[in-house]
Amino acid sequence: VKYIDEFRDGRLGTGIAARIRAAADPARDYALMEFCGGHTHAISRYGLADLLPPNVRMVHGPGCPVCVLPIGRIDQAIDLALTRGAAVCTYADTMRIPASGGLSLMKAKARGADVRMIYSASDALAAARREPGREVVFLAIGFETTTPPTAVVIREAAAGSLANFSVLCNHVLTPAAMTHILESAPKQTGAVRLDGFVGPAHVSTVIGSRPYERVAARYRKPVVIAGFEPLDVMQAVSMLVDQVNEGRAEVENEFTRAVTPDGNLKAQALVDEVFELRDSFEWRGLGTVAASALRIRERYAAFDAERRFELPYRAVRDNKACECGPILRGAKRPADCKLFGTVCTPENPVGACMVSSEGACAAHYTYGRQREAA
Amino acid sequence: VQVVELIRPDHAIVDLGGVRKQVSLALVDGVVAGDYVIVHVGYALARLDPIEAERTLRMFESGPPPRRVPEAHA
Repeated sequence: VKYIDEFRDGRLGTGIAARIRAAADPARDYALMEFCGGHTHAISRYGLADLLPPNVRMVHGPGCPVCVLPIGRIDQAIDLALTRGAAVCTYADTMRIPASGGLSLMKAKARGADVRMIYSASDALAAARREPGREVVFLAIGFETTTPPTAVVIREAAAGSLANFSVLCNHVLTPAAMTHILESAPKQTGAVRLDGFVGPAHVSTVIGSRPYERVAARYRKPVVIAGFEPLDVMQAVSMLVDQVNEGRAEVENEFTRAVTPDGNLKAQALVDEVFELRDSFEWRGLGTVAASALRIRERYAAFDAERRFELPYRAVRDNKACECGPILRGAKRPADCKLFGTVCTPENPVGACMVSSEGACAAHYTYGRQREAA
Repeated sequence: VQVVELIRPDHAIVDLGGVRKQVSLALVDGVVAGDYVIVHVGYALARLDPIEAERTLRMFESGPPPRRVPEAHA
């Protein structure tokens, strides 16, 4: 497939790996966080860690939308489906996130709740149009990539005066999470030192490269935005190692074929019209983070499931033995968790990091667990 | 993915390695058949720039182009 196969060429990958080895200073180490779950997946799937010298270490970040959604938010959706008779539509992985009382949306469905897996936000809107007698709620999750489609369907619902459609909005913001990790790192015991970030691919097509400039300048950490293919990630690592060696902390863009400094202005305008900043939002792993998520503006309040069903938010502690939190902050690795691969597997996840293929635990379980055992 | 044809307003058929799928173009203006787009959850998020793609592939081959001498950091 054009624009994919070339970016997976093993011969070129070997060349980039050789440049990284030549550039990496053996007298120090390099801890680089790939923020985005898509990159976590690529690193595991293509065994990129094996191509890097031992002193260049990838640290998994919190950029997996399913992973950072806390139990309390899933509980709200289960409540809607199980006790308030709403049809809850959501993206596939969200259905398997463990929630309170041993439930997940999938298990609620088995108990008779109307929970539907959809591919696109517009599928939820179509369901509401097909079944005017039924309350249809779209459980919306994700970073800046999934937010514009949610904005589109809310606007369409408003334009068509749909009376039975609403959105349970859990959209979160990448730069806020990056800042939070950098702010809290020195204060937490066992937190990692980070030397730079591989910046997200799809998120950056929407927000552009500019929002990272404040992060890079304020915390003196280089950011290299990278595409999703393995060579993109390798090249970004090479550029980060160069920046660290040269004492630079700049935003560089490896993914110029899709990311511009300004990003997608049309998408940004739509998001701004429909959403506003929340004062704070609870993330799994990161805790409550100020100004890190969006809610639906007053103007579209009729389509806000939180207002429509007067849903309270109740924070719920994760399973005590689950290390999802420290793993999402980059402070621990999947294999550090006692439950990993024994009690907790992709078939029967205890924590959210084992649910999505972008989650650090699921990626390591699927592609990496034999590597470390060997 | 490559856009195969435009259908009703703001929608297109794309080719995902042989699989044809309908995506929304509500977030990107000016897409024509033959363009490559980045798609996420059924929506095109950006157009892919073929010239930049070639430039990136050349960078994989030979490393980044020589940059200006970085200014000294205090």
